[in-house]
Amino acid sequence: MEKSNDYILTVSNLGIKIQDQTILDDISFKLKRGATLAIVGPNGAGKSMFFRTLLNLVPHTGKIDWSTRVKIGYVPQNLSVKDIPISVREFLSFKRSSNIEESLTSVGLNSKEILDKSLGALSGGQLRRVLIAWAIINKPNVLLFDEPTTGVDLDSEEAIYKMLMELAKKNDITMLIISHNLHIITEYSDYTLALNSCMNYFGESKEIVSPSLQTIIYGEPVCKRAHEQE
Amino acid sequence: MILDVLIFGLIIGIFVGLSAGYLGSIMVLEKMALVGDALSHVALPGLALGILYLEPLGLSAFIGGFAFLFASAVIIWDIGRVTKLSFETIVGAVFTLALAIGILIVPQPDLLEALFGDITKVALLDTITAVIISIVAIFLTRIIYKKIVLGMISEELAVSHGINIAKINLVYLLLVSLTVAVGIKIVGTLLVGFLVVTPAAAARNLSPNLFRYAVLSAIFGAISASSGVLLSGYLNVPAGPLVVLSGVTVFLLTILIKWRTK
Repeated sequence: MEKSNDYILTVSNLGIKIQDQTILDDISFKLKRGATLAIVGPNGAGKSMFFRTLLNLVPHTGKIDWSTRVKIGYVPQNLSVKDIPISVREFLSFKRSSNIEESLTSVGLNSKEILDKSLGALSGGQLRRVLIAWAIINKPNVLLFDEPTTGVDLDSEEAIYKMLMELAKKNDITMLIISHNLHIITEYSDYTLALNSCMNYFGESKEIVSPSLQTIIYGEPVCKRAHEQE
Repeated sequence: MILDVLIFGLIIGIFVGLSAGYLGSIMVLEKMALVGDALSHVALPGLALGILYLEPLGLSAFIGGFAFLFASAVIIWDIGRVTKLSFETIVGAVFTLALAIGILIVPQPDLLEALFGDITKVALLDTITAVIISIVAIFLTRIIYKKIVLGMISEELAVSHGINIAKINLVYLLLVSLTVAVGIKIVGTLLVGFLVVTPAAAARNLSPNLFRYAVLSAIFGAISASSGVLLSGYLNVPAGPLVVLSGVTVFLLTILIKWRTK
């Protein structure tokens, strides 16, 4: 028997228009607590805008219902850190939390070695881990990651996803991840939401290995209705 | 009397240098160095109107300069908010117009003072005003400093943190206007932008973190302005160009230190 509090997020008929241009239209799905949702779609499909809408930063139509007591951590795709002389300690102290060292340790970084390094001097992998530490520092139960492995080599990408999944499992975190990597999506996410202005697909990630489905995901908008979660 | 003027100039130099350097550190990070420079020129028409209409009433012409800076900052902020054009683009368009109008309407005898400043005319009231404004500007900037930096790293991250970027940018522009208006007294409208830009650029050469960067920017600003004023008293030439020369010396020294430590 399905209960309403099994779901941490319910999106109904979500639409976004900016200056008369439809960015997203008629998005509806439900996400189970503790699940990992991959959001896919071609460039310009509205994926990042969808995240901003989930954070209530963008005016929209339709409904976004987060379950009560939800605490969201968010990491955007693009950050400008190269030209700013800011240390890892200073960056993480924006969060005003005493968990800085604990968060760094949980993402596999040695806090003593990295805290006083300049953010702009970190490798792509280290920077992504610091950003994940930033996102988990206030112990959220939902994490939104916009392409969490941008600028990271393939080996480190796999390691970062493994670490994210361990974190999610250990702390019962629901994860929403924007990614282009189909291997990562099928390996590490439970559900996939394919966007292309409207919703092309919502269902279990293991189904998207089918070539015909991949065509749908990355092809023209077909605006399919959500598969019901079991 | 001459000593009094020098001491007043020195005190103004130290405080304006501290605040201009500190506020300028944000401007350099935002890649808005030209904005600081250009914004200072906007004061010129205001100074001109002040000379023509406020001085006969016994009021300081710098009130006019500040009013123009303040109004321009608000207009520039609003155009930026509505059009999404960069501050540099908008200020670039506004400042040349302001400079042109200013030069046309500033009475010729006062033009040099408005452009390059004149510390021989500073009085106790100017000094007290400069000290108070500088302290307030530093204090308020300190409150919004980290929020602005987070917005530079990622606007989305800042907004998701509940930071209203447009609002803090407006507060920041107003504080820069205040500081620039006070700085005009010593170095003039043409050169005051230097105090906002160069100390921070020098500090950037020696700073691995934000704290050291902000502190060094303020210190280099104070060193540039105060040594320029002292040299001006000693050599009996306008302070503005000497402030610039002192600041450039500091900047070159930081390049040398960076080069040696690499």
